[in-house]
Formats: sequence, C-alpha cells, structure tokens
Amino acid sequence: MILIVVEHANGRVSKSTWEMVTAARELAQSMGREAPLTALVLGSNVAPVAAEIARAVDQVLVADLPALAQYDSELWSAAVAQIATEGEASVILIGGSRSGREYSPRVAVKLDAPLLEDVISIKASGETLTAQHYIYLARVTETIETTSPLTVVTIKPGVFNPAAQRAEAAEQFDVDLNLPTPRLKVTGKTAERSSRVSLTEADIVVSGGRGVGSAEGFTQYVEALADQLGAAVGATRAIVDAGWRPYSEQVGQTGKTVQPKLYIAIGISGAVQHLSGMNKSKIIVAINRDAEAPIFKIADYGIVGDVPQLVPAILAELKK
Amino acid sequence: MRILTYLRQVLDAEESVHVANGVVALENSKLVMDTMDEYGVEEALRLRESGVEAEIIAIAVGPARVQDALRTALAMGIDRAIHVETDVRLDAIALSKVLAQIATQEEATLIFSGGQQADWDSHALGAATAERLHWPQAAWTSALELKGNTLTGKHDADEGSETFTLELPAVITTQQGLNEPRYPTLPNIMKSKKKELRKESLDQFNVSPKLKFVTAEIQVKNRINKILDGKDAPAAAAQLVDLLRNEARVIA
Repeated sequence: MILIVVEHANGRVSKSTWEMVTAARELAQSMGREAPLTALVLGSNVAPVAAEIARAVDQVLVADLPALAQYDSELWSAAVAQIATEGEASVILIGGSRSGREYSPRVAVKLDAPLLEDVISIKASGETLTAQHYIYLARVTETIETTSPLTVVTIKPGVFNPAAQRAEAAEQFDVDLNLPTPRLKVTGKTAERSSRVSLTEADIVVSGGRGVGSAEGFTQYVEALADQLGAAVGATRAIVDAGWRPYSEQVGQTGKTVQPKLYIAIGISGAVQHLSGMNKSKIIVAINRDAEAPIFKIADYGIVGDVPQLVPAILAELKK
Repeated sequence: MRILTYLRQVLDAEESVHVANGVVALENSKLVMDTMDEYGVEEALRLRESGVEAEIIAIAVGPARVQDALRTALAMGIDRAIHVETDVRLDAIALSKVLAQIATQEEATLIFSGGQQADWDSHALGAATAERLHWPQAAWTSALELKGNTLTGKHDADEGSETFTLELPAVITTQQGLNEPRYPTLPNIMKSKKKELRKESLDQFNVSPKLKFVTAEIQVKNRINKILDGKDAPAAAAQLVDLLRNEARVIA
C-alpha cells in the first residue's frame, strides 16, 4: 500500500495533501500492480478531516487522540512508523512542510528505509523508484533512485496538481497507537497569522525587498498591490532581518518556498538565497530601479524604474 | 560536557553552479563552510563563553578538501576536529549513522547541525541523528540558552515560531537569526594550527548510501524577459497590466 500522511489545519485538509494524492495516484499507476492508497489522519477532533480525505483514497486510518492535538516529531514519527509496519506499506508520502521534513527522517531511521526528500516527480519501474528533486538551493535538478521494500518520500508543496474529490467515500478505521511522551516542550507560540491567503498556497504572491524603502513603503506598495490582486505577501531576508516584516513572510532558502502562477518582486535585487525560494514560479514580474539587478534575468516581465512611481500607477491601472 | 558541531563544505553562495557529465562540478569554485553549519559552530562557542564548561568538537565527512572547513572551525575557537575521509557521497540517513556513532564514542550530549544543506538542500541530518541516538531535537532554532541540563530556545514551526524547553542530550538544527558567526582572528588562526585534527576512515562505521544519485542537470526555464522602461510610469504600468491580463493571462 501507499500511505499518505494527511496534512491538515483548522479542520480542513491542506492543499499539500491533495497534491500528495495526485503524486500517489501517479505512482500507483506506474507500479502497475495493486497499490491501494491509504490516508492516515493524525490529530485531535479530526473527524471532518477524515471525512474530507475519504473522498480521495481507498482507505482512511484515523488516530483521533487528545495526545495528538499538537504536532511533535517523536509522536508523529512513532505513529507513522507503526502504521506503515502494520499495513506493510511500500511507500510513505509525507508533506514537504517544515514539520514533514522534520519527522520524516525519524520514520526512515526507524524503518531502516531510504528517504527521498522534497521530490517534484516520482515513478516506479519494477522494484526501482525514480524521483527528481532540487539541489544547490533549487538551481540544479537531480534524479535519484532507490530499490527498497519501503521508501519514505516527502513531496515538495506546490508542484503536483491538487487531486479532485470523488463522489464515493472510502471506509474509515480507527487505529490504536503506542505513542512516546514528547520531550520537546512547547512553551509558547507566536502565531503569525494574517488575514490574507497563505503564502505557500496562494496563486499570486507580491513580495518586497529593500527597494520598497521602509516598513511603511512595504505597506504602501507591496500590501496594497497584494490586496488589490487577492495575493499573499512575501519578503526578502534583508527586510525580515531589518524588522520590517515577520519571518513567516520570508521567501527563500531560510524561509518559505513558493511556486505561484504569478510572483511580483518589488524592490528585490535577487540574491541567490531569495531566488531559490521563488524561481519555479510560473510567471515572474520584477520592478526595480537597477537594470542590472539579477532578478531581471529570471523575470518574464520587468519594469526598470522607481517603486514609488510605478506601484501606484499599476494600482491605478488595475482599478480602471 | 561535550558538544559536537557537524559541518560541511559547500559552494560559496556567490558562485554560479556548473554541471558536467551529470554531476555538479566544484573544481575552480570557491568553497566555504556551509553558513547554516557556521551558526552551530558559533552557538557552541557562545554557550561556552556564557559559562558552560564544554569541550567542542567539529566533525566533517568528505574528501580531503573538507579539512579547510574544519580548519576554519578550529580558527573560530573549536577545540579539536574529526575528519572522516571518503569520496563517497552519503545521503543524510546514511550520514547520520556516522555522526551518531561518533557522538556515542565521544560521549557528547549536544549536537549542532545546519537546518538545511546548501548543496543537497536536505533537512534530514539532524533529525535522523537524533533518532539513531534516541534523543529529542529542536529544528530551525533561532535562539538558544543552556542552564544546567535544560535548553530553552525559540524555533520555527509550520506557522510562526514557538518557544521550547528541552533536556540534554539533544540535537539542535540551526538557522539564520541564531547568531552572527565570528571571523577567525589572526592569533586564533595561528593557534589553530596546533590543534588536533584527527583523520578517520569511513570503513569502521559500516555505512553505505541508501540512495543512488543518477544524474544532475540545470533546467533553465525559458523566461519571456520583456523588460520595460519605467520612466513614464503610467505608460509602463498600463503595458505591464495589459501583458499580465492578455499575454500571460495570470490576472483578471
């Protein structure tokens, strides 16, 4: 079986999970043999999540426990390893979120399995799994292979098309788990939630860098344009470090990776660490006063000029 | 206590990447210690400077050239270094077996490793090592303190950040914001030449790669690359909006 560990938030199945379902369906097809899709839902009060994912897979396993109210890498890896062993899984698909990429190595070690990280394609041919992923800060695409009775895979978000739901619902089963006691104690959270669409799920991202001039400039140009387009906002490391924007908005090597249909970079020069977080966007627009800025090399459309003149003009044009 | 900092040698971020015959070619490129690992080296030194009694050991696994990164760590103030020499590229799951064995041999109780590798883009080494040692881990740590056996800190989760506490032994993966790594001073560079850099062979660790690396290629997405002059802002704005609506069809 192919085991999909469901990512969910606020009682809803996350977009990354629908993408994993697509990856799993394609993989099952290339396996050419019976490979039922099993979804595993871990959490507390997750009945709506289980019901939602039941319309996309062959079987749903549910562990609805107060102990799973909060993600923990030791809890999650123990649960996934146990279910994979009991169900004799051949492939485990885990979301390429920060948490997924944190607990997946533990699952691989527990099961003595190879780990394919952050894959953008995966298929089987005989006993061999072949996958592609990015290396060198997403500047190089590498093909990797493994032959193992069980393989752990994390799926890069934003690459596979989200799967559609089916009319019929798969059967749900409650599972018993032997869980360890988490040792990392979370003592506080800084939820940096915004009213806007989530950065990694947005179709359009408007990002700002030093060239917006100030925190006020960011609000005036980047946020205004994002609100006009119904977009998420992103930021470079430089302005996050400067305290203009929260870390949750950072795009790049040490922030989030995004792959929207449209990425608008305002006042961003294009350091390689930033590019690695957005260079797979479908259409890239750059607005910068420096014609030599590296961002223009990967831009589909660009305007060389001053942000304070150009962005209000674009806003006016959009409102026409 | 003993602290291990695992470090890697990678292409300098300012250098461009070249691929030849399906592998990334590093010849003639500037190689440096992975910035993500440098935060771990610096943090270990700061813990000691804050009063923690510790011996700090840097470890690298790779070809002879990775000694340069270990020398940098020694010059920053690390006490001694271990170089496991091999030309075999190990994936993070295999590599964690080496690191865990060294941690056990050295009776270490704290391990630092970078949150993401700048060459293989992997996040896995810290967690895989923690799992092998049956230790807890905090990933993407951006603030850290040690009092007695208790670590307190801040790290990034899926949405926003969290503060945490953790008892030693533990693995910490590091990232930007944790500290500003120091530059080695000349006297420290001189001193570091006398420090121990022990060479080990990979054979004794009984490890083999879990993955086969088939080929690498640079896929350049063809960009339309229409760059407009913005001197006449309203005209440029109108043209851009028209292109986005009618050529790219990405906005309504």
